[in-house]
Amino acid sequence: MAAVSLDHALVLAAILFAIGFAGLLTRRNLIVVLACIEIMLNAAGLAFVAAGARWGQADGQVMFLFVLAMAAAEVAVGLAIAIRFRQSVKSLDIDDADRMRG
Amino acid sequence: MTALFYIAAVVAVLSTLMVVTRRHLVHALLYLVISLFAVAVVFYTLGAPFVAALEVIVYAGAIMMLFLFAVMLLNLQADSPLRVPRSAWIGPAILVAVLLAEMIYGLTMETQPLAGAEVGPQAVSEALYGPYVLGVELASMLLLAALIGARHVARTSDEEEATASMERSRAAAGKRPAAGTQSSAQGPAAEEADA
Repeated sequence: MAAVSLDHALVLAAILFAIGFAGLLTRRNLIVVLACIEIMLNAAGLAFVAAGARWGQADGQVMFLFVLAMAAAEVAVGLAIAIRFRQSVKSLDIDDADRMRG
Repeated sequence: MTALFYIAAVVAVLSTLMVVTRRHLVHALLYLVISLFAVAVVFYTLGAPFVAALEVIVYAGAIMMLFLFAVMLLNLQADSPLRVPRSAWIGPAILVAVLLAEMIYGLTMETQPLAGAEVGPQAVSEALYGPYVLGVELASMLLLAALIGARHVARTSDEEEATASMERSRAAAGKRPAAGTQSSAQGPAAEEADA
């Protein structure tokens, strides 16, 4: 019974990842795109923790901490780019970012 | 605990769907906070209480605060009004109430984690500062690089002009002797061309 639930935790991680990926492909607002990347990273971390819990090891949680640090770094730089993008292109639509020189 | 897991999973999927489908940016971020809370409850039911606490503190606290600051700095009122209508709170409130009931049930009742035994903070810390200590150092370097990079990328145009003029004056000061040697080196070549 317990193993079934842990498989279901992996299924949940896959569903969350798929939703985040669908949002990443469809949404045009840069902030929402960054939020979708956060969802996908969080789903990956959930898969790590579920796998770690399956074998009762701490390694899964350690990997989640690294995913957490990476997500924090990514979102800091991403939001800085969003502020910069807003200053130069005067919008947050990623379709407006089709040129290398803004 | 199995029922807690499935309820939290349903809340996580629903709120994540709302993040992707809401047109309004602030609504989407509001639902993202609930999604992260729901995943924290899932971590708790999986027997990882340390990571559940970190999910709330770092993801729902620090990272969502970054998003909030970005929304405030970007001054998005022209794109979408930041005023959230009263009715927008109904959906998040229901989802959060479900999570709160789950947390109260899980904390007051004696429950068994799904994996059989929970992996507590001590085991995680021993792994973190034992075999994974190099990873901790690398993560600290990554965060420092992100801090400096974000500071540099998001600088204001005034600062940029100040930096550019400073670099220009420094380059001019450094170039003067170099320009002298360059003109003297060009001198004979120009004379030869004239001849």
